Amino acid sequence: MEKYEGKAVFGGIAIGKIKVFQKEEIVVKRKHIEDVEFEKQRFEDAKSEAMKQLSELYLKAVKDVGKAGADIFEVHQMMLDDLDYLEYIYQLIENQNVNVEYAVAMAGDNFSSIFSMMDDEYMKARAVDVKDISERLIHILSNGKGMSKLEEPSIILAEDLTPSETVQMDKEKILAFVTVKGSANSHTAILARMMNIPALIGINIKIDDLLSGKKAIVNGNTGTFYIEPDDETLSENMKQQEIEAEKKRLLETLKGKESITKAGRKVKLYANIGSISDLGSVLKNDAEGIGLFRSEFLYLGRNSLPTEEEQFEVYKRVVETMAGKKVIIRTMDIGADKQADYLNLEEEENPALGYRAIRICLDRPSLFKVQLRAILRASVYGNIGIMYPMVISEEEVDQIIEIVEEVKKELLDADIHIGEVEQGIMIETPAAVMISDKLAKKMDFFSIGTNDLTQYTLAIDRQNPKLDKIYKPHHDAILRMIQMVVDNAHREGCWVGICGELGADTSLTEKFVEMGVDELSVAPALVLTVRDVIRNLI
Amino acid sequence: MKKFEYVIKEPVGIHARPASLLVKEASKFKSNIIIFRDEENANVKRLMSLMALGIKCSETVKFEVEGEDEEIAAEQMEKFCQLNL
Repeated sequence: MEKYEGKAVFGGIAIGKIKVFQKEEIVVKRKHIEDVEFEKQRFEDAKSEAMKQLSELYLKAVKDVGKAGADIFEVHQMMLDDLDYLEYIYQLIENQNVNVEYAVAMAGDNFSSIFSMMDDEYMKARAVDVKDISERLIHILSNGKGMSKLEEPSIILAEDLTPSETVQMDKEKILAFVTVKGSANSHTAILARMMNIPALIGINIKIDDLLSGKKAIVNGNTGTFYIEPDDETLSENMKQQEIEAEKKRLLETLKGKESITKAGRKVKLYANIGSISDLGSVLKNDAEGIGLFRSEFLYLGRNSLPTEEEQFEVYKRVVETMAGKKVIIRTMDIGADKQADYLNLEEEENPALGYRAIRICLDRPSLFKVQLRAILRASVYGNIGIMYPMVISEEEVDQIIEIVEEVKKELLDADIHIGEVEQGIMIETPAAVMISDKLAKKMDFFSIGTNDLTQYTLAIDRQNPKLDKIYKPHHDAILRMIQMVVDNAHREGCWVGICGELGADTSLTEKFVEMGVDELSVAPALVLTVRDVIRNLI
Repeated sequence: MKKFEYVIKEPVGIHARPASLLVKEASKFKSNIIIFRDEENANVKRLMSLMALGIKCSETVKFEVEGEDEEIAAEQMEKFCQLNL
């Protein structure tokens, strides 16, 4: 048995035979040519053939892996039509009287080295794309044949793979990808994620055709690649594979089903998101809404406040994507611990207890109003809830309501339509818990932020690893607080959710349902797991 | 010549896909359209140069549009940025 360690870019276990994939080496020689026009015509012909192949590949990829995975072939077509690329080739042919194959190969080397020198991992990975289009052209010019077909389901082992190579493979017959090179941003990685098959990169092995046909295991959970595994390793991995498959199969069957206990109690099962890019995962995992949309990402990593228009576009896109399902947007939750220099927040000893979140918003209502306007404007496109973080008093809630009413009036006066929105607060301070009976009279919902609530209640700084041992979110104090909030809220017709990490803690799901919690908002990838637990409750 | 500034909001920055969309849009106009990130610049109709700038999210870029249709081109490009980048 041989064992190699690498980096897993997608999990799961595959067991099967290896198929070594080696590039057909075409040696490009530099030749002196006399007929420049003829050489240019050869290039034009090869280019239009390449364009044709790329549009076919695009269609094939759309069918195999969906539009997102196919887009790269559209990018390839544009690269092939790029003026820099074309001029480079033409100039070599015209000025140096070289053959087109050589000119194309030089262009490929030149542009791919520009990308591989960039300090951005994603851009580095694009070097492969430029190489890929040059190789395609050279292939066409030398009448090369396509890659050999996969005879049986195989683990693809290669030095590196280009998008054209991977898409031409028969998807049904690929069990896993293993490459020596490649990055987490490479197409192999992206494709693996889309196809849901394990993939390892950085496996330090000498690629040899003799490896083809050998039995192997790809363990994407540990990043291990075994060739000719011994019986013990094999049975261990097979067992693990079976458990995973069974679990996945069960969870898949839960898509489109209600999150309802056997006794018929429904729980709203929503997802937490931190950026637009999480939306895909929300839909894929069949979340029933978004229970916590952290709007901070709009404010971080930039030099100025996001404008109303910018925010509006983002909120609109999210609610439209969710198509009528609830989207709860939490207003800016920023403090001195987060990087937003343009807010000019003074450094503080204790940012967790400092000038942050709603405290900033109420102190600088003009800033708050921009966000509220954007949210309210987006509300006509779907079903929005607005949630305010770090509230500790009734006065704050009154101020919030007053500002929201002002903004609504301004919008209506300007003939701008707004939809119905629910308003709620994050329950994350012990103060909010203790006066939740009063707050519930003024709000439509509560969402319990268990992470902060635990930190503030147990007086434990989450950043201090020494305290990890005593940081217990299951502490009876927390559970009693949740019960108190639920009871107080329900008395006033207010619904209650949990959006902290505790919401996804399946050892507590039963308890939460018993307590009367109406909604759980969890990471998108955990939606189906929690639904499974809910559906098995009596 | 028309100019405008824009702060990139696309989380991934001007990667392959956003770059190709931008090139497509710019190519609709006759005007010469240049994008500046500090001192560096690129012709917005040229995909490789544009990608090679490696513009990231939250960076501020300047556009300079010059040519017979610069009015409409600048206006459309700005609109395009707001919707897509």
